[in-house]
Amino acid sequence: MELLLLLALLDGLAYAAQLFMVAVGLTLVFGVLKILNVAHGSLFAIGAYSASTLAALAGTPWLSLLALALAALAVGAIAGPSIERGLLARIYDKEQVLQLLLTFALFMILEDVQKLVWGVQPVFEDAPVRALGPVVVGGIVYTAYQLILLPGLAVVCLLFLVWFLRRTVTGRMILAVAHDREAAEAIGIDSRRIYLLAFTIGAGLAALGGALAAPTTSLVPGVGVQTIVLSFAVVATAGLGQIEGAAATALLVGLGRSFAVYFAPELEVVVPYLLMVIVLVLRPSGLFGGRELRRI
Amino acid sequence: MPLRLAFAVGFLALALLAALQPWLRFVLTLALATGLAVLGIMMLLRAGQVSFGHALYVAVGAYTIAFARPQLDDVLLLLAAAVLAAVVAGILVGLFVSRYRDIFFGMLNLAFSMVVYSLLEKLYWLTRGTDGIRVARPRLFGVALEGARYEWALFALALVCVAIAAALVARYLRAPAGEALSALKTRETRLEFAGVSARRVLFQAYVVSAGLAGLGGGITALATLHVTPLLVYWTHSGELVFVAILGGTANVLGPFLGAVVFELVRVHAAAAFPDAWQMILGLVLLGIVLLAARGLVGLLEELGRWWGRRV
Amino acid sequence: MIRTTRRQAVAVAASALAAPWILPRSAIGQQKPSEIRIGISTFLSGPASVFGVPGRNAADLLIEQMNARGGIQGVPIKALVIDEAPGVNFLLGECRRLAQNENVDVMFASISSASCLAVAPLAEELRLPNIMWDCGTQRIFEEGKWRYSVRTQANAVPEIVAPLLYLLKMRPDVQTVAVVNQDYAWGRDSWAIWKTAMEAIKPGIRVLAELFPKFGATDFSTEITRLQALRPDVVFSTSWGGELDTFLRQAAERRLFERSLFVLPLAESSLERVGKTLPEGVIVGARGDHWFLHPIAKDTDRLKNFVSEYRKRYGQYPIYPTYHMAQALFALEAAYTKAIAANGGAWPSREQLMDTLRGLEFEHLTGRMKIREDGQGLEPMLVGVTKHVPEYPFPVLDQMVLFPPELTMNPMGTKGLEWVKGLTMETVAKAPAPIPYKA
Repeated sequence: MELLLLLALLDGLAYAAQLFMVAVGLTLVFGVLKILNVAHGSLFAIGAYSASTLAALAGTPWLSLLALALAALAVGAIAGPSIERGLLARIYDKEQVLQLLLTFALFMILEDVQKLVWGVQPVFEDAPVRALGPVVVGGIVYTAYQLILLPGLAVVCLLFLVWFLRRTVTGRMILAVAHDREAAEAIGIDSRRIYLLAFTIGAGLAALGGALAAPTTSLVPGVGVQTIVLSFAVVATAGLGQIEGAAATALLVGLGRSFAVYFAPELEVVVPYLLMVIVLVLRPSGLFGGRELRRI
Repeated sequence: MPLRLAFAVGFLALALLAALQPWLRFVLTLALATGLAVLGIMMLLRAGQVSFGHALYVAVGAYTIAFARPQLDDVLLLLAAAVLAAVVAGILVGLFVSRYRDIFFGMLNLAFSMVVYSLLEKLYWLTRGTDGIRVARPRLFGVALEGARYEWALFALALVCVAIAAALVARYLRAPAGEALSALKTRETRLEFAGVSARRVLFQAYVVSAGLAGLGGGITALATLHVTPLLVYWTHSGELVFVAILGGTANVLGPFLGAVVFELVRVHAAAAFPDAWQMILGLVLLGIVLLAARGLVGLLEELGRWWGRRV
Repeated sequence: MIRTTRRQAVAVAASALAAPWILPRSAIGQQKPSEIRIGISTFLSGPASVFGVPGRNAADLLIEQMNARGGIQGVPIKALVIDEAPGVNFLLGECRRLAQNENVDVMFASISSASCLAVAPLAEELRLPNIMWDCGTQRIFEEGKWRYSVRTQANAVPEIVAPLLYLLKMRPDVQTVAVVNQDYAWGRDSWAIWKTAMEAIKPGIRVLAELFPKFGATDFSTEITRLQALRPDVVFSTSWGGELDTFLRQAAERRLFERSLFVLPLAESSLERVGKTLPEGVIVGARGDHWFLHPIAKDTDRLKNFVSEYRKRYGQYPIYPTYHMAQALFALEAAYTKAIAANGGAWPSREQLMDTLRGLEFEHLTGRMKIREDGQGLEPMLVGVTKHVPEYPFPVLDQMVLFPPELTMNPMGTKGLEWVKGLTMETVAKAPAPIPYKA
């Protein structure tokens, strides 16, 4: 029984790490731009596909690990600014529903773009997983990639973001804009630049989430669709714009899911949504969300 | 009454299309059904709230018909059951979600719809999972109709439902309750100072919108005679919001105009580009959001004004 | 004789009852048409496009080849392809468009069972000949009688019974089994057939875990951990496409193959993609006898030509949906040819075409098959075990058994799930001898 609990814990941890990587970018973008980016899942998918393509070209297993990061960087650096400047910047003054639908439109377009570029045959490149080899825990074989590297990177990513946002000047400027755009502009912060920066980081994180997931899974059309809803649930449960909250919620969902697989398999799929409903009943602004002041 | 005129012209145009192109009868019936669900979405949009899970009530309506069909053999009774079930579901969920605003409102609706989606897939013994449930063709006023006659009858019934629903919702929006709905969007706190419960206003609109979606779902099930869990998948909810914006929220014509245009664009895009129809729909949506945020109704109004200035 | 007269009477009555204005134009005339128009519904987007696109590719290739030979009885073929991914509502509208606006003569629907279940009644209403080319649910012909629909391939019952018989023949000592299936109709149905049949043939085999990860899952780590801890003798999975690939790779990386024997009724379609990651000794099925190294047909011109042309054009070995598409097209060609011959050279009506399809025997890529009187196709099931050979960069099948339909398919008028309860070890003993791999 103890072994079973330990295994469920490890599985949940590994899953939570992947979930966090996707959700954190979404919550950052929402926190700053106040836009729920439906196309986040598409960026995840494009990051994943690009990473697979690049990793396959890398040749050696260790280089393929580097290729993952490079692919994510490239997708973030290209897609981020072009989407923010080309599309989002035109609708900041419009209603929230229009902003939401703009990203929904983008999602529909990018779904077909992926298909045109990468085709419909499943793409799989697991060189990075093979590079790290297996780990044995209690007689059970895990891959080091999923059990050690991914959770490790998730923690690094969390710590880095927290440090960046709280301790650096740019990061504090981002937080200032997130709290109150007008006040931030009044003290001389160029909010246009901050929006661009925050969205690009968010896009890069989505692509990184995809790139890191790529070596463990087959990429097929529609891989982004699944990702979006799940990360929505994580972000809303955490409280919008909450980075540490996203981490805690990802952990909660990850563990909830793996315990469900072990002890109540029928509940597996609904775990994230049930958690969200329960949390929002108890705390209407999410686990970590503060009370938003009502505008008069 | 230009709106009534617009509806009359629209109905005539649809009937003409359906007569000239038999296959469009079915497609247009589905479009009208979608329009009914979107009418509900539009009411919530008036209050500034976006439900990203209203396909839930479409599915409740459709599945109610699938489950009730073995006992009930009458189109109208089945539709009544569908609306009733959707209203009950709307009350249960609405009591809860009407406390929330903006993104939380949207996400909670999404969560409920995804739970129901999972249940429809999971409870295989009951729902047949993704295979879906067949609905035997019911009678209308005790008459068993076949093929084209049934399609015509359903099409006409959909038009009647649309006319009634549009008239009632238009009245509702002009009534104090409807005015309060718009006030909820702009200055909710003032509404409360005036002694109106914002939560109650939203709750009422939510239940009505659920009923409308249930009616739409019912008509859909009666037209397709086969219901599957895909009805409640989140992309379908997204489509409903898409149609609402495409049509525009200025008046009750918008949802139906949007739904008809959406279905026609989708059908023709799929015929011309079977590999990239989704991209075409995306581009249409992008164009609407960026260039004509008030939707097709807004475009029509501008056209009318331009025409007025010319004449 | 009596049957023919009754059919004719029904046809006459039906056409008298149906007002002419609801009939598509092409249903009335029976002159030789200028082309045969086929509506094909298949997945062009979403995860199932891994089957849908190869199916469409095969249709393109074969129709081109048939037209180069002069089409069917001198009439060229034209295919109109639609995407069934948006779901039943959309598909039913598209079928109406194809029938009433594009005047298609025949519909090929579909891959998803939901699509087939929804299209069959519509085909009756439109009097539109419908060849179900790939969907697998046995319910279609067990729960309904369809005048205008036939299926040119087998169904879920033999597709699951054959690998089970194969397993029990090769490994009669199996004691425990676990299942990892996608959580949707096919995953649930196929497990129900396997479990019921297994309990009938060899009661006492324990089921250690029934895992149904959600449809479209991208990670099976948790399931694999469970399987490692439980150590079942056999892991059964009817997953397919990207999910099967992911499951197999993750299982290989975590050495699950060393602990359990895998039975994968759909893995033929994944072999080339997963390559030699998939070890030797895995039991693989192909939803029929579809395999480019088919033990009997591999040196026939028909199969060799198809495999090489398909590879030349699309860069991959053909997988089972391409064979299913070929079966539908060859069945249509054979039916038209036979019906015209029986009709004294005149072009057949839709009803004559359907009557000819029932009971039709026709040649296809890997042999000869038959359509039963209820519309259900009968084809052998090929099951083998993986083997690594230097000639191919992916596993090939060894110890191949071709299960005849008589052994694995329930007779007309029975329900598959009931019928499998009558299977015994004697059925296992009747399995034909395995045929080893030959380069």
